[in-house]
Amino acid sequence: MIEVQQLTRRFGPIVAVDGISFQVQKGDILGFLGPNGAGKSTAMKMLACFLPPDSGTAKVCGYDIVQQPLQVRRSIGYLAENAPAYPEMTVAGFLNFVCDARGLKGAARREALDRIIPLCSIGTVYHQTIDTLSKGYKRRVGLAQALIHNPPVLILDEPTDGLDPNQKHEVRELILKMAKEKAIIISTHILEEVEQICTRAIIIARGRILANSTPQKLQADYHGTLEEVFRKITLGKKTA
Amino acid sequence: MNGFWAVFKRELKGYFSTPVAYVFLVVFLFFAGYLPFREGFFEVRQADLNLFFKMLPLLFVFMVPSTAMRLWAEERRTGSIELLLTLPITVPQAVLGKFFAAWTFLAIALLLTFPMPAAVFYLGEPDPGLIAAGYLGAFLMAGGFLAVGAFFSALTKNQVISFILSVAACGILVYAGMPSTLEYLSGTLPAPLLSLIESLSFQIRFDAIQRGIISVKDVAYFVILIAAWVYASMYVLEERKAN
Repeated sequence: MIEVQQLTRRFGPIVAVDGISFQVQKGDILGFLGPNGAGKSTAMKMLACFLPPDSGTAKVCGYDIVQQPLQVRRSIGYLAENAPAYPEMTVAGFLNFVCDARGLKGAARREALDRIIPLCSIGTVYHQTIDTLSKGYKRRVGLAQALIHNPPVLILDEPTDGLDPNQKHEVRELILKMAKEKAIIISTHILEEVEQICTRAIIIARGRILANSTPQKLQADYHGTLEEVFRKITLGKKTA
Repeated sequence: MNGFWAVFKRELKGYFSTPVAYVFLVVFLFFAGYLPFREGFFEVRQADLNLFFKMLPLLFVFMVPSTAMRLWAEERRTGSIELLLTLPITVPQAVLGKFFAAWTFLAIALLLTFPMPAAVFYLGEPDPGLIAAGYLGAFLMAGGFLAVGAFFSALTKNQVISFILSVAACGILVYAGMPSTLEYLSGTLPAPLLSLIESLSFQIRFDAIQRGIISVKDVAYFVILIAAWVYASMYVLEERKAN
């Protein structure tokens, strides 16, 4: 459902994403791993049609991110890093705004809200303004926003960052629950997360893909835990 | 169209869900009343709103950029621009949605000055056409200032910088056409350049409309000016939304 071909993006002299290519099928949860500044977020921003690529392209559900950005955005649920929202709005106002933008009206909107509020457990804060919420709730509101139109493709940039262990667990459960009928990409620093939920893992550093495999196979190939594998690959195998 | 209406609705509601709108309205309405009275609104003993409309450009130079400054700078600073522009909303829809919401808000502020015309109608027999023309001119001028302010807001993350730049730009657009400025410049600049500066200024257009002469030329001036600045903000956002 996602096909990335030679995607490249520069910021001035820095090549943030350097010709990456990969594919994600329905039912896959792809873990995007890499040190800070490796290009994970930049790649995700391009897939969500926020940043235009300098060269290369990608197809999401058959739509080209450069030629048909609007169709791509309709088929994607995107949670940006730090789950940005409008702090002065209530959760209700915010989700209704997202429904407006996505053209969810009347019965379809009620249905979507009835599905998403218990799914993300945000019923208790539904009428609170977003800037009064804890980090965990803000993140869940961000997830609700990304899931409200039940998109076939999900792109989540560090969905569990800054959450406590219980909240992390809840978010992972949530992702697993939806995994069957969707193609999902998540980026994370937490390697146990990859082991627990990802069916595939891509390790990326300095804008290039260094490994594209399953978590199990990576461990077998490099004879160690994922943490050791990560260090070996991203530091250029010095610690081997 | 979903995108435009979603943004328009959210923005317009947003003004009234924070204290910003109320502070703005109170300050604006205070000065919109105070400045004409300081100039002798009753003492001139004329049943018209000349003094009221005369003071508006000066007030708008400060008040409109204060409405416009947060339009995009805030989205940039909080990162919500990434949310907004990954929803199925195009940049032109978002820019127009925000612009028209802010313009509607300014129209509400203008309508709330109704006690001024009400007082004049109560005391005398003013020309209603003239007052309507004055309000139309004021509305167009507010749109012009807003388009300038929205552009500078799209240019930076910092609201203060956006405010100062747009006050400066709006100030130039108004004061370039003031008789005192033109007199001062007439010593140094050749006449054709001088009349070019004058014709680019808000002042003579607003004066003409406010005097009751609604010509296609003057209305077109504001429409073209607004369209140009709005288009420029679309361009700037498209280019540097992620920086």
